[in-house]
Amino acid sequence: MKIPLKYIARNLVTRKLTTGITVAGVALVVFVFSAVLMLAHGVHQTLVATGGTDNVIITRKSSNGEISSIIDGDTQSIILTLPYIAKGANGQPIVSREPVVVINLNKIGDGVSNVTVRGVSEPAFALRPQVRLVEGRMFAFGSRELIVGQAIESRFAGAQIGDVVKFAGDQWKIVGKFEAGKSAFDSELWGDALQLLNAFNRGNSISSMTLKLERPEAFESFQRAFEAEQRLNQFEPKVERKYFEEQSEFLSLFISVLGIFVTVIFSAGATIGATITMYAAVANRTVEIGTLRALGFRRRSVLTAFLLESCLLALVGGTLGLVLSSLLQFFRVSTLNFQSFAELEFSFALSPQVILSSLLFALAMGIIGGFIPAVHAARLKIVNALRGA
Amino acid sequence: MRILRLTIRNAFRHRLRSVLTIAGIAIAVTAFGFLRTVVTAWYSGVEASSANRLITRQAISFIFPLPYADKEQIARLPNVRSVSWANWFGGVYKDKSQFFARMAVDGDTYFDVYPEFQIEPDQLAQFKRERNACIVGADLAQQYGFKLGDIIPLDGDIYPGHWEFVVRGIYRPRDKTIDGTQMLFHWDYLNERIRQESPGRADEVGWYIVKIDDPARSAEVSDHIDALFANSRAETKTETERAFQQGFAQSGNVIIGGINFISFVIVGIIMLVLGNTMIMSARERTREYAVFKTLGFSAKYIATMIFGESLVLSIFGAAFGVPLTIGLVKMFEQFVPKAWFPVFYVEPVTYVLAATAALLVGVAAALFPMQRAMRTPIVEGLRFIG
Amino acid sequence: MLPLIRIEGVSKAYRRDSFDIPVLNKLTLDVAEGEFLALMGPSGSGKTTLLNLVAGIDRPNQGRITVGDTDIAALSETALAKWRATHVGFIFQFYNLIPVLTAYENVELPLLLTPLSKAERRKHVELALGVVGLSDRIYHYPKQLSGGQEQRVAIARAIATDPTLLVADEPTGDLDKQSAEEILTLLDRLNKEFKKTIVMVTHDPRAAERAHTVRHLDKGELI
Repeated sequence: MKIPLKYIARNLVTRKLTTGITVAGVALVVFVFSAVLMLAHGVHQTLVATGGTDNVIITRKSSNGEISSIIDGDTQSIILTLPYIAKGANGQPIVSREPVVVINLNKIGDGVSNVTVRGVSEPAFALRPQVRLVEGRMFAFGSRELIVGQAIESRFAGAQIGDVVKFAGDQWKIVGKFEAGKSAFDSELWGDALQLLNAFNRGNSISSMTLKLERPEAFESFQRAFEAEQRLNQFEPKVERKYFEEQSEFLSLFISVLGIFVTVIFSAGATIGATITMYAAVANRTVEIGTLRALGFRRRSVLTAFLLESCLLALVGGTLGLVLSSLLQFFRVSTLNFQSFAELEFSFALSPQVILSSLLFALAMGIIGGFIPAVHAARLKIVNALRGA
Repeated sequence: MRILRLTIRNAFRHRLRSVLTIAGIAIAVTAFGFLRTVVTAWYSGVEASSANRLITRQAISFIFPLPYADKEQIARLPNVRSVSWANWFGGVYKDKSQFFARMAVDGDTYFDVYPEFQIEPDQLAQFKRERNACIVGADLAQQYGFKLGDIIPLDGDIYPGHWEFVVRGIYRPRDKTIDGTQMLFHWDYLNERIRQESPGRADEVGWYIVKIDDPARSAEVSDHIDALFANSRAETKTETERAFQQGFAQSGNVIIGGINFISFVIVGIIMLVLGNTMIMSARERTREYAVFKTLGFSAKYIATMIFGESLVLSIFGAAFGVPLTIGLVKMFEQFVPKAWFPVFYVEPVTYVLAATAALLVGVAAALFPMQRAMRTPIVEGLRFIG
Repeated sequence: MLPLIRIEGVSKAYRRDSFDIPVLNKLTLDVAEGEFLALMGPSGSGKTTLLNLVAGIDRPNQGRITVGDTDIAALSETALAKWRATHVGFIFQFYNLIPVLTAYENVELPLLLTPLSKAERRKHVELALGVVGLSDRIYHYPKQLSGGQEQRVAIARAIATDPTLLVADEPTGDLDKQSAEEILTLLDRLNKEFKKTIVMVTHDPRAAERAHTVRHLDKGELI
């Protein structure tokens, strides 16, 4: 295309108001689009950070989440006889037997929500190296004490160190705060598993069992051994990371579907805005187009020039939208995850895919919006164009 | 009338541009209407609440059960008309993605307490006679093709094991604001089996539904009930059904907040698209407006013309957008299982809001060009080439 | 001397809505190389149409137009575009400069269609602007120039590719007396000194005076 790029760029700058409005429209759409993608990615990232690849979590097959899963004592014993379970320094298998429940707490500000309370055993910390105590102290096993994840500590009333949470007919004191590498565990309260089982009168029926494999590659063999055991057919093992990933599936999907559905609709609106702008640009430059054609520039060059103008407009808008949405990374969002039925904090996460998708999306708007006006410009007859018609 | 005709003709002077503008507005109105419908659906539980029902549940968490014995004490309180109860069964039907509400309820009282679930008397009677009978909502029956006599197998999670229920009744929701996708069976049946398989968990109720005489006394009765069980192992929290539903709806606050925010963004986009058009068309006609002024028409007249054109476009946009919203909602209903969004329809308020938004936008978009047209001196206007 | 331009039996009609309005009727005309021809006539006489046909920006319904040894009416659109770039220079009444390009860039525009390198283009541009006497204003935008100056830039653009034929449509129509005079002097020079063949449409009798030959058109026919 022989028409110089500076012609295209300068034309955009000349009609500042209409260019500005169209860019704003595209920017808004790309902002929403990328924000939604970032949110879905953020949920995914949080849950992926939650699980390790050499840990296996075992839950009841038909359960939708840990809180509706029940594993009785006998089953637990059977599971411990399986091969490939890593052993700790003391020769004991690295296994955490965890009852998981959900309690109501008041949010700071307004409203109530569900918070996960997880009973853990000593090996839990070996299993989850990303968990670190950052304030206060660890709860004492055998006592009714809890430690609180940073997301809960910052968002819920009565969940700070020193506070007492009342449930299961007893008072539980929060003695420490932990961070868990921006994973789902950040949104939990942890206590002694045995104490929790006792308080809820659950005998020794836990919700889930998490164990460490000798090697991550051993999972398939472990799974085969598990499935071969008839008495375990109501339960299933999953790589911990995969389990938590699946826990976010519905939420991610919901956000993505709703968001993208909506964005596609708006993009139609923004594209129409771009089309109107480009049509006006063509209409205003009819004489110019005639002159260029008279000078010998071909129809194809005129088409390409206007199409590029539209694309440039869209890319500027798209970049602006992305810049704005990248600011969202400073915000952390907390909402109820349907599958676990508890609060989950996550953030807007930017990734190369999000950036690429957003820019391509903007570009698509530019191409679709600018195409017909560009064709219109190219098809003008020289004499008519020169007359300004 | 002449100005009206002139205005309409001017609005469509540039047919393609006008069509595009109207399309842009229509699309944005549709998106706005659709999102509001999603928000409405989210709060449908709240809206469907009855003023004379209270929900009593475990204070610390909805997922912990209450003793069955509590029922007697609650029923004896003054102002309490009747007490029913239910347990959330959960479990899996076929696979984990087939979601709908599955609950064990007290067969004798549940349908009295929920008159909006309308059922044929003989179906109800048959249901009461059989231990493992169940009643399903009409919308659920339609989704899965359940008929009377069909067997619905479930795999329990909270209540492990394989369960089978026979469909003996199909309830019709009283109106479209009521959930028609629930599956209800006998609490007695559940309890019997639990007593055999894990006796430690028998005689436990998920929550109580308390029907009261006088809605004005709901706070009083709630406090009474909670006082009965304060300091016991299972403290209760009693609230109106509305407050209870609100608690659930609120949990999605962030997402709903996000959706509302997006609705505003949409209105912003409509404004931009229409504003863009109005500015452009007014600008092109700068010389023309100057000529009008030389002929003796006042600046106000011209401003009114511009205003009228903007309104014409936004009215057309709204007129197309509203039926499109309905179409979109219907399409959504086709593709998404009814049980996921049991109540999904366009509220009358939404139509009003969408139309108002379009009109307001029409006004706002005209302001800048109106002002410009009024202020430009005749001589400058005549010189304008564009 | 061989005619540079041969117009043989050319007819042209325009479509307005569904009407066919005849403009030129079997017109025949020769233009010699190096000639400075003025076409005059009342409005609607077809003079601009004739000019458009000669310049290759419109096609006749009937007849043949040969410029040099090319039958331009028979060329494809692509070929015609290519031909225009190197064989014709345009001068319009309203200058038709691209407002977002500087004087330099405007003059360079037709050169972008040739295989010349950037350095070579620069030489041509500077030369053209020198001929029209605007070497000191090359980085100005059209809106920073007076009418006369704009027209001179337009002329520089017209001669930048060194075409044999210059086509001018009311070149002085929008200029004041003095600027018009300057432009006409320039055209004269291009014709006498640089041997350009010029076909000019004009209303202005003073402009016609400067041409060698004046032909009149009325109702699509030479009179």
